[in-house]
Amino acid sequence: MTARVYIPADMLSLALGADEVAKAIAETAKAEDTDIDIVRTGSRGACWAEPLIEVETDAGRVAYGKISKNDVPGLFDAEFLQGGTHEKSLGLTEDIPYLKNQQRFIFKNCGLYDPCDIDAYEAHGGFAGLRVALQKSPKPITEEVQISGLRGRGGAGFPAAIKWRTVLGAEDPQKYVVCNADEGDSGTFSDRLIMEGDPFRLIEGMVIAGFATRAKNGVIYLRSEYPIAKTVLRKAITRAKAAGWLGTNIKGSGRTFNISLFVGGGSYVCGEETALLESLEGNRGIVRAKPPLPAYEGLFGKPTLINNVITLCAVPDILAKGGAWHASLGTGRSTGTMPFQLSGDVKYGGLVEVPFGMSLRALLDDFGGGTRSGLPIKAVQIGGPLGAYLPPRLFDTPLTYEAFAALGAGLGHGGVVVFNENTDMRAQARYAFEFCAHESCGKCTPCRIGAVRGAEILAKDAPDLALVEDLCEVMIDGSACAMGSMTPVPVQSAITHFPDDFAAQPQKMAQ
Amino acid sequence: MTRWNEKTSRALIEETHKRGETLTMALRALVDTFGYVDEAAIAPLMQTFARSRAEVLGVIAYYDDFRTTPPGRHVVRLCQAEACQAVGARELTAHICAKTGLSLGQTSDDGALTLEGVYCLGLCANGPAALIDDAPMAELDKDRLDAKLAALKL
Ligand SMILES: Cc1cc2nc3c(=O)[nH]c(=O)nc-3n(C[C@H](O)[C@H](O)[C@H](O)COP(=O)(O)O)c2cc1C
Ligand code: SF4
Ligand code: FES
Repeated sequence: MTARVYIPADMLSLALGADEVAKAIAETAKAEDTDIDIVRTGSRGACWAEPLIEVETDAGRVAYGKISKNDVPGLFDAEFLQGGTHEKSLGLTEDIPYLKNQQRFIFKNCGLYDPCDIDAYEAHGGFAGLRVALQKSPKPITEEVQISGLRGRGGAGFPAAIKWRTVLGAEDPQKYVVCNADEGDSGTFSDRLIMEGDPFRLIEGMVIAGFATRAKNGVIYLRSEYPIAKTVLRKAITRAKAAGWLGTNIKGSGRTFNISLFVGGGSYVCGEETALLESLEGNRGIVRAKPPLPAYEGLFGKPTLINNVITLCAVPDILAKGGAWHASLGTGRSTGTMPFQLSGDVKYGGLVEVPFGMSLRALLDDFGGGTRSGLPIKAVQIGGPLGAYLPPRLFDTPLTYEAFAALGAGLGHGGVVVFNENTDMRAQARYAFEFCAHESCGKCTPCRIGAVRGAEILAKDAPDLALVEDLCEVMIDGSACAMGSMTPVPVQSAITHFPDDFAAQPQKMAQ
Repeated sequence: MTRWNEKTSRALIEETHKRGETLTMALRALVDTFGYVDEAAIAPLMQTFARSRAEVLGVIAYYDDFRTTPPGRHVVRLCQAEACQAVGARELTAHICAKTGLSLGQTSDDGALTLEGVYCLGLCANGPAALIDDAPMAELDKDRLDAKLAALKL
């Protein structure tokens, strides 16, 4: 029997030498005259174990973690093709606690097969949601999304169904569905993992969104920092078209939906939906005034639905299993699951998809396993560069939109970055201002100038914190988008929770 | 990277326009092909997309990815964002700046190396991360980065 070996080909695994591993395995097998079939997959999301390779056995897939090409001779000696034990064995993949203790539906197939293998996608339940949608008119599709309680995963947590209904109600022969794949938040990579690992799920979600809003054209706005995702998406779009799941007359339904891919230019603010539209139209990414909402006047002035990658990837299962099923996951108005992303100084960094409601501490302890450095945790930043820095005494907060809003914080796109006790929180606050100064689109004075002044003040040996506070107030009140109005979140949370770091002290020069 | 030439540049601009795509996409095509947007491409861009010179230059200046001078033969882009900061990106950046004598955004006089900062590559769980000539790198430390730089034979 031909042994089957699964080796990830996502951007992280490639960065850690997965291609060299694949090559070494293929060459050794050939030299030993052993038939093997190497399948390049997406990532399971256990980033701490990448490259994580798997072998198919009668008992299930057996995993080996952190494999480099130097491990390959030893793996063959240990008869890994039959699932033999090796010092890097992780046992059966499905029994790895990190994966087993998650409750995945969005990421359930990520890492299982060749991401562009449309038959494998279908064999694992793919297109079940779209099949249901094909039998429905737009209104019932949107109703299902409403019952699901799905909220936008791009950062703001806005109820998806409200937007969908607004776009459906906007009469226009030309409408758009725009997928926000700009994933600019530092410490986040869930969009990347799903686009590189299960791209048909995104395509399926977008087609359903198109049916629900009567939009015929979709655009994916992909950040340029994700070259592998670009290649995978291109291929997947072509295959979906060839298989009749995309294009004109989808599966004989008479309905049409097309998707094109646009690569961004390396600007964080272009993740903001109206700046993103400007960018698509060929302009500088300057934030537009709202109203009009993009749902009425979006891309090229046409009604436009804008959703994050993960929001759209939740949709197929909502249609297939029903909105009520989705609403039964999570707590309160935070329904469904959230793919959290653990990073920074953490032992077991990676993607953790769980229903809303788990405590931050459980996420950090049970999944993260403490710091990689072994030092105590000083703070975590949740929700990207505009997210709050929280001290350990707040770690019992449940991971829900409501609980974090009550703290003046947010979950954002689900990024959780761990900092150890050596972190200088004043340097982190200063960086928040510097990042804002670097990325500001320049439309609002408080954001454009305030960020520069804020960074200057915090660079002084004895910073005038009252002045920083004033600046933050002005930025919160006088900014047209969250870049300016939420940069104060990391700054103020750092000052509030770590006052000692802001005492007068000689500062190093900025680089 | 292809060396800049008028003919290819014009063809890229026209193809983008014919496909119904916008100025940002034409700039993307030029940068992906030549590494930068040559001054001689500005006039055709203005004409094709019916934009003023100020508009075209403004769009180029707005995006970090677009530049008007050729990058070095090798480009190292080091992540500067929070998750990488938490595992030593600042120290690593200081190290490579000192070693190469360049600060972020600079190209060496001999045109061999451009050093740039980048804000998150999505490799955050395994930082510090970087792109070296578009190849992703993770779990970097001084030794690994030095070895990668040495392999470039600058
Ligand atoms: C400065 C800024 C950057 C943003 N970056 C992103 C991003 O990278 N990805 C994203 O999905 N949403 C981002 N957003 C949020 C979008 O404006 C918008 O709310 C989102 O795409 C809507 O999709 P959702 O409802 O599915 O979350 C950003 C917002 C701001 C203010
Ligand atoms: S807050 Fe900043 S980024 Fe947002 S619109 Fe105003 S100037 Fe632009
Ligand atoms: S923060 Fe460095 S790769 Fe994301």
